[in-house]
Amino acid sequence: MISTQSDDWSKQMFDDFIAAGITLFPYVPDAGNKGLINHVEAHNDARSILLTTEEEGIALCAGADLAGKRAVMCMQSSGVGNIPNFLTFAKGGRFPLLMMISMRGDFGEQNPWQYPMGQAVVPILKAMGVLLFTVDHRDDLASAITAALSSTFKVGNASAIILSQRFLGAKQF
Amino acid sequence: MRTPTTLDRREVLPQLIPNQQDYLVITGLAGPARDAAALTEDGSNLFTMAGCMGAATSMGLGIAMSMPERKIIVITGDGELLMNIGSLATVATIAPQNLSIICIDNGCHGETGGQTGHTSHNTNLEMIASGAGLASTMTIETEDDLATGAKFLNESPGPRFIQLRVKNGPPSVYKRSLDMVECRLRFRNALMHSDGP
Repeated sequence: MISTQSDDWSKQMFDDFIAAGITLFPYVPDAGNKGLINHVEAHNDARSILLTTEEEGIALCAGADLAGKRAVMCMQSSGVGNIPNFLTFAKGGRFPLLMMISMRGDFGEQNPWQYPMGQAVVPILKAMGVLLFTVDHRDDLASAITAALSSTFKVGNASAIILSQRFLGAKQF
Repeated sequence: MRTPTTLDRREVLPQLIPNQQDYLVITGLAGPARDAAALTEDGSNLFTMAGCMGAATSMGLGIAMSMPERKIIVITGDGELLMNIGSLATVATIAPQNLSIICIDNGCHGETGGQTGHTSHNTNLEMIASGAGLASTMTIETEDDLATGAKFLNESPGPRFIQLRVKNGPPSVYKRSLDMVECRLRFRNALMHSDGP
């Protein structure tokens, strides 16, 4: 079961994504997107797609766009290290691309293995032209989602909603 | 070890996909993109890549899920497919009926100098596709197999996988657009303005 607090924000995110016409939710499993994917799997018109690596999801989002559909790539921050080459679709091809990234290796992280990649997330995404919409507090969430949706689907950018560990809480080790 | 095959990659696709206009076609980079460009005359039902190695299968899956009423073919190569081999597991789990994957397997990295690939050693891609859980798989390595392959594409349950073994040799010569923005819009606009076959 998902916790009440998790259910609260992930339900808002899910409802906003559905209202924006998103139907495909490719994901690499992470504690940060578990609640969202649970909502997807309980919904008749939304599909979750379990991936083996984040690269697949970026290409799948680009394929959905070719067919006129909308998707959001749901991933942990460590997966940002797997996708820069595929962000070519966005930076070179102007494919609109939306990512929902749950952070590791930032505020309060206790696992040393998570820091190198966690601290490289922002520069890597910026190097590939992705616009960042960071959520540090619950009050940031709705506006960050709205702004990222506009940036992606009204304008055609690659955009990432970054859910920080200040917002998500750090895993205990 | 790899057994010999005499198939010429420049001649096989028209026999295997005589009805190419009925499909939306996604290719990876290099040889398969060139062969598919020749097949469709770089048509608006085609999206080819010249980078993003490993993306073709997943892009095809995204289209197949978005347009279940259309038939999708991914044309990839042995190197491109192996770079994201896990995508076959993803395809198998989603199990789209309208998706076929053709892997043109020349056993080497033709675009970068012909370096030997894994399928020239001990790797069998059809077994991997079957093990990943795709509904229907086959290997084509002779002229006679091509007619069977065309029937397989039309009649076997999806998702389908064909390992198309060809001899090492140059791909088709066809000048295709490498402008990603233009190719995206061309593909989208053609879909938007067609009722589909």
